[in-house]
Amino acid sequence: MESVNAKYVSQKISKTRWRPVSHSSLQQPDIFATGSWDNEDNKISFWSIGNHGSSGMDEGFEGDPQLLCEHKHDGDVLDLQFLDQDRIVTTSSTGAVTIFRHHQNSQTISVSQRWPRVHRYPCDNAPCTGVVCSSPEIVTVGEDGKIIVFRADQEGVIRVIENADSSTIHAVTYLRTTEILTVNSIGQLKLWDLRQQSNSPSQILSLSGDRLPLHCVDRHPNQQHIVATGGQDGMLCVWDVRQGSTPFSLMEAHSAEMWEVHFHPTNPDHLFTCSEDGSLLHWETSTHSDMPSFLQGGRNNSMISRSAMAPAGGNQSLISTWLSGDSSKGRLETTHMLPSQTLSVNSLDVLGQCLVCGTDGEAIFVNRQVPV
Amino acid sequence: MEELDVEPAITNIPAASDGKHLGFAWGPGDILAYETLYMAPGCSFIHEVRKDEDIYSPILRKLFNESHHIFVGLQTIREDLPSKNKKTQFVSISKNYRSVIRACMEELQQVLQKWPRNMEIRYVSILLAIELIWNLCEVLFIDAAPAGPLLLHLLDWVRLHKGDVDEKAREVLQSESPAEHHDYWDVPGGTQTLTEFDVKWRHWHEEVDRCLQDNSFASNQHLEIICKILVGDEDTLLEHKELLSTWYHFLVTRLLFCHPTVKPTELHYYAQSCMTMFLDLRSVPEPLDSILLAAFEFDIHQVIKDCSIALNNWWFVAHLTDLLDHCKLLQSHNLHFGSNLREFLLLEYASGLFTHHSLWQLAVDYFDNCPEFGHVYLELQIERVPLDTERKALKVLRICEQRQMSEQVRSICKIMAMRALRNNRLGSALSWSIRAKDAAFATLISERFLQDYCARGTFSDLDLIDNLGPAMLLSDRLTFLVKYREFHKLYEENRFSEAAKLLLSLITAKIAPRSFWMTLLTDALPLLEQKEVSHSAHCPYLLLYHLTCLVYGFIVFCYGSSCKVDQLLTSLIKESVCRFAGLGPEGLGTPKV
Repeated sequence: MESVNAKYVSQKISKTRWRPVSHSSLQQPDIFATGSWDNEDNKISFWSIGNHGSSGMDEGFEGDPQLLCEHKHDGDVLDLQFLDQDRIVTTSSTGAVTIFRHHQNSQTISVSQRWPRVHRYPCDNAPCTGVVCSSPEIVTVGEDGKIIVFRADQEGVIRVIENADSSTIHAVTYLRTTEILTVNSIGQLKLWDLRQQSNSPSQILSLSGDRLPLHCVDRHPNQQHIVATGGQDGMLCVWDVRQGSTPFSLMEAHSAEMWEVHFHPTNPDHLFTCSEDGSLLHWETSTHSDMPSFLQGGRNNSMISRSAMAPAGGNQSLISTWLSGDSSKGRLETTHMLPSQTLSVNSLDVLGQCLVCGTDGEAIFVNRQVPV
Repeated sequence: MEELDVEPAITNIPAASDGKHLGFAWGPGDILAYETLYMAPGCSFIHEVRKDEDIYSPILRKLFNESHHIFVGLQTIREDLPSKNKKTQFVSISKNYRSVIRACMEELQQVLQKWPRNMEIRYVSILLAIELIWNLCEVLFIDAAPAGPLLLHLLDWVRLHKGDVDEKAREVLQSESPAEHHDYWDVPGGTQTLTEFDVKWRHWHEEVDRCLQDNSFASNQHLEIICKILVGDEDTLLEHKELLSTWYHFLVTRLLFCHPTVKPTELHYYAQSCMTMFLDLRSVPEPLDSILLAAFEFDIHQVIKDCSIALNNWWFVAHLTDLLDHCKLLQSHNLHFGSNLREFLLLEYASGLFTHHSLWQLAVDYFDNCPEFGHVYLELQIERVPLDTERKALKVLRICEQRQMSEQVRSICKIMAMRALRNNRLGSALSWSIRAKDAAFATLISERFLQDYCARGTFSDLDLIDNLGPAMLLSDRLTFLVKYREFHKLYEENRFSEAAKLLLSLITAKIAPRSFWMTLLTDALPLLEQKEVSHSAHCPYLLLYHLTCLVYGFIVFCYGSSCKVDQLLTSLIKESVCRFAGLGPEGLGTPKV
């Protein structure tokens, strides 16, 4: 918490995302984008934390994020993703999807491409709630229950799955390059195979017990069958999509809606969640070094007994520590990362050792020394 | 009505043309004024008159957000701490508030450097004044320094606000004054007691005075002037008015050189006289001057009252009063409308925030900390927040649920559910009624599903109906819908005996709506043909019995009882039953209904 300072920005932040850094370099990220919501004039902005490494700033001095440029945005920014180094895709509460280009030389932003009103009801606009992209393909979901596939630089839409869901779809993520996962307001996780022309999901998983809405979903970076979701009751659920139709483990995380969940992209033993209750949690699983990992799965863990033992590959040492996550056994550590009494933390992103998050208190927090 | 403190301000509505009558209506924070029909015809306009423009300033927004954070932290200070610790905490909180104001000012100045004609220039002087007043209140009321340290704090106060002027004065003083002076100023409040210091100071003062009388410095005019200043000679001080720029600077300077051990209770004498001496050119003091004077007189209520009148926005008085209240400095006197001063100001401030499209979330915490009326105000205001997206509705709902505002929860869920229903999003509508535990609405939605089924012969939104889980128990109609769909699934999978059992339980539970009785009948008949069903021991007979009762009751209900209908019906049922049961017509008696 020593290296966390609030920067007040006069707009409620709905999304923050780091600009991707190239995998080859070991650089820490230095630019992030934010989107605002609930303003009469919403904006997307680019900020820099000046992490170029050569400026000779001493360790203790944490500079505030500096605003590079900003651009007006029509409607609330409900989701934001970087398409590549210069372009971001945003989705709006007016049902529009827009690609903005950040011109680094002149520090300006221009609208590169726009699809207005793609998500709509027969006589009204429908907010577009989530986007995921894998350049040049973009997939969006909305309150109208549609899934729409676009390609950057192509006019029009590639494919629309009408009535994919009878309730609102809150988030979408890639499972594999041709498969996506969506979560909705009746607690279901649906798997869609985009290669197939059918308009129904290839698999539906749901919570047992109360069907509370799920708000966020993220896939484990290395093990593609492990997925984490968070929902209205603040519970963190970890699923194995290959087996069973119910979550593998459930952990009490927050006391209100969980808005985002992220596995750390390079260090997936670390997971981050943020919530309406104003907290941001850092979850860390650890493996006991004195015991070979293949013995851990079966021992004294009530969660394991509910599902099958070995994964399809047969190699037990690949059982992820997430699937055996049981916070009471001390294998899972959680830390709060923000000072208490903030308003809702709407969004977070983590890359390398840097974490950025935005709140309804109109503040951005940047932590450059996340212990991963 | 009470007498007014000030004349009411007049606001011109530029868009309203001459000669038109204006009517008006109060809103939560604004007034709507409209041109009435009493005069010339033509199109009428509605004008929105906004009282408080400050909340729309992007720079001041940071002030509101940061101070909200400090405010919430202040409320959680524990009551049982010893008062000395509390005082340090209160002083530090006061400094926090002030640093937020200063940060705002700095940012404003940066913006004005780039865009000098910016509208926000008017806030610079307001923020300066606010910080000045707050700082003085901190010194006098919160820190409540006794005589000795009091002057040091006042010196700091003046220095902070007249930084550049003091630099010049310092230079002048330091370059020419004797070295002895420095020793005297290190100590008040330190190692010496006040009396010791007082004695020493008087001794020194007399000496300087003597030097002046002896004309020892007559040769050097500058040195003489400096000596006169050091003795506190009023005329000399007044001659250098331009260095002092304000009467309170003059006051502190005079105190420094004449009465360094001034007691807090004596301040107002000197303040009044200094102000009179300094402001001889102007007859009426500015609002800021009277506020500062009231502060020197330790009249907290007057300070708050004057600030409320002078400032457009309640931010300053609300936060300052809240802090002073925590320091137990405000006498609780009830206002005419029932709540105390602190609560009244907080309510006013928070109500103003609620009219802002974005800052309403901050206002919730302020209402939470107003024990008497906060809850009621929140209930009234929260329903006016426009709900454009589901995400916003969820946030508002969370606020209501955390405060047990169940009526508002129900009303919000109903609004969202109706909207979803209008857009034919049955799943969304259902998830909203589940959240509100609204059985009536769930029934409505189930009716829609059933109507769709009757119209089209198939179910829509199977992913929803098949996966409701325990939520289906919310309403009878919903349970029926889910079970009925299950019946169809079992039938399609050729699991006839289970299907029959299910249908039976549906009928016996009497949760089927009347409109569906015929449909159930129609569904039952082919079932009875299945060997599986007809060969099982009890099922067909029970089924038949209940079906018969059902049909009879239904037809009587629809057509009334009449002989002909009775006979027709009885024979029809007998025939079909016998056919299925493999019995002759005599084998069955008349069913008892």
